[in-house]
Amino acid sequence: MSHSTMTADSAAEGRGGLLTPFNLITGVILAGGAAILVLRFVKGLAATTNLTHTNPWGLWIGFDVMSGVALAAGGFVTSSAVYLFGMKEYKPVVRPAILTGFLGYFLVVLGLLADLGRPWRLPYPFIKQAGPTSPLFEVALCVAIYLTVLFIESTPAALEWLGLKWWRKVVGSMTIALTVLGLILSTMHQSTLGAMYMITPTKLHPLWYSAHIPVHFFVSAVAAGLAMVIVEGMISHRAFHHQVQITDEHFQRINIGLAKGAAVALATYFAVKVVGLAMEDEWHLLLTGWGGWYLVEMLGFVLLPCLLFAMAYRERRVLLARLAAVITVIGVMLNRFNVTFVVFNWDGAPGERYVPHWMEVWVTVAFITFAVVAFRVIANRMPIMYEHPDFKGMH
Amino acid sequence: MTISRRGFIGGVVGGAVAAGTVDAATVEHFDGYPGRYGLLHDTTLCVGCRSCEVACKQVNDLPPYPGQPVGDMSVYESERRTTDTCLTVVNRYREAEGTTPAVYRKLQCMHCNEPCCAAVCPVRAFEKTPEGPVLYHADVCMGCRYCVMACPYYALAYEYDNPITPRVMRCTMCYPRIKEGLQPGCAEACPMGAITFGRRDELIRVARERIRKNPERYVDHVFGEHEFGGTSWLVLAGVEFSELDLHDGVTHESLPAIGTSYLSVVPLVITIYPGLLAGFHAFTKRKEQLAREEERAAVARALEKAGAETQQKLAQATEKAKKDQEKAVKQAVAKALADQAKGGE
Repeated sequence: MSHSTMTADSAAEGRGGLLTPFNLITGVILAGGAAILVLRFVKGLAATTNLTHTNPWGLWIGFDVMSGVALAAGGFVTSSAVYLFGMKEYKPVVRPAILTGFLGYFLVVLGLLADLGRPWRLPYPFIKQAGPTSPLFEVALCVAIYLTVLFIESTPAALEWLGLKWWRKVVGSMTIALTVLGLILSTMHQSTLGAMYMITPTKLHPLWYSAHIPVHFFVSAVAAGLAMVIVEGMISHRAFHHQVQITDEHFQRINIGLAKGAAVALATYFAVKVVGLAMEDEWHLLLTGWGGWYLVEMLGFVLLPCLLFAMAYRERRVLLARLAAVITVIGVMLNRFNVTFVVFNWDGAPGERYVPHWMEVWVTVAFITFAVVAFRVIANRMPIMYEHPDFKGMH
Repeated sequence: MTISRRGFIGGVVGGAVAAGTVDAATVEHFDGYPGRYGLLHDTTLCVGCRSCEVACKQVNDLPPYPGQPVGDMSVYESERRTTDTCLTVVNRYREAEGTTPAVYRKLQCMHCNEPCCAAVCPVRAFEKTPEGPVLYHADVCMGCRYCVMACPYYALAYEYDNPITPRVMRCTMCYPRIKEGLQPGCAEACPMGAITFGRRDELIRVARERIRKNPERYVDHVFGEHEFGGTSWLVLAGVEFSELDLHDGVTHESLPAIGTSYLSVVPLVITIYPGLLAGFHAFTKRKEQLAREEERAAVARALEKAGAETQQKLAQATEKAKKDQEKAVKQAVAKALADQAKGGE
């Protein structure tokens, strides 16, 4: 183990043993989540969720899968920018973004395992019987492969930590190929997640339903990914400040650049949505109650953060970029919740509206906590926030 | 039916391509298996006795209604839907308003000609049989419930309280009974003759004939003949179908054709991106290389310039040193000669 990882380790352990407030709170959340999951597999989904025959998808799909995949888009966006488009100044945020992406997709799988009726059959589409006409089949295939890609893309940090120079070199030589593969797979499944709703024109409100919904999902995921890189950096640069090697000025420049990218992504998203409104001539729906809700989403959580990002870029204000990033993250979640269970079944659906059960919320919070703890454990040991001195300048 | 058994890889690409493109193969039109069965529900004959519900529970071995005797009309006070233990339910629409009698409609799986459930299932757990019924195979089902979410008729239900072996529950059109030459349980049980079982195309003729004979009794439309590609269950009504919560005036295109059309783009992403991205990467590399070359040239020029100046200075310095040395030698010689001259005196 090299010098810098030693200091990182001792710094982490030097903060007061196991019984820290952080450990206590996360311990309670995780233990509660585990207990609920046990209940779910003893008593069934009925005991732990508010899912109905009319609303078969709830928070575990709306957040863990639909939002999780979008928010984990930072990995492919930053790695493509650095390794394919030569924007090398963003290299310091690629590793944390890839790790966040990997943990995000891991959560997607965990969420699916909790939500599926028979989760042990998760590999069935690949080993038992494939359903190639299903958008979900394509999503499953892409997510399975992309999770593997993200895993391989995350290994350099572990290999450097272990000092396995030869393996590190092998993985390094695959960087471009993995980045291209990641971009292909992400384009496919981010958009296909939206395409999953194309079969429900009678159930999804026309303001959200669109023949272009795959494009809506992809573009909003790019914005969400960039916003998540800013949010994640905001937290991790404070939490791991003793590891950060780049200057504050460099980090600020990165954030301002990400803000510019996010402003463009959100502006594109807004434009695509407006074009959709015009093409399907749905302006009159804006004056209805659901139209008001749509305007809240579009003006408050797309246009507003877009303008804030643009201002942040113009005036070089990182704080403003962070505010916009938080709004964007919430906005993308709001959109995925809307299409999954809020404006889904908006009209004439039998039965009561779906509102998540507190156990569904708890499990979701536990999954996020699990990801935060995993990030912390990994970043405290492996070179995530800094470049390993023995491997400087490598891919 | 567009969903046939295909090889794995062939299925991935073929399924995606077949989903939404027009090519030489897809201009051909498949009208469905000839002679397949269907059922006709004539809502003008239905009195809401719920004999069909009872029969359905009996033939499917499902638990009876707890504490709700059939004939208890209070169930009609709220709208119901099918559940995992009630595969069919009857709802009352348009409560007696003046002279208008209440209208009852039976809900169950419509057994679509092109079922959404089958199209969206990632493990192909649904099968459209040549006889007409859509079957569900629980032995491959993962329980993702995309089918439940996609069904436009809210006809699918899930066994949420079964922790280990939950199934999707829906009307099977009594496929086992049909195979035995029997009628579906509900059709056999209906005391009013409101449910007719038969060949689907024959049922459409029967329905049209009823409308022709009693034009004042019926809306001139057979629901299910064409809606979203058509269904096996057909409905006749004396009121607008929208009042029965049925999609009135919708497209004749099947929902799977609309809903899976995007998948045709997917192979393009796989085929176009590598070249496109390789291009971008090459542009970036070239730009970097040019920048490096320019930098190198500039450095070389600067060095050359600096070198020339140094040479010149060196030459000047050498010249000067030489001159200085000569001068010093001359002076020394002159001094020595002078000293010698002095000493010689």
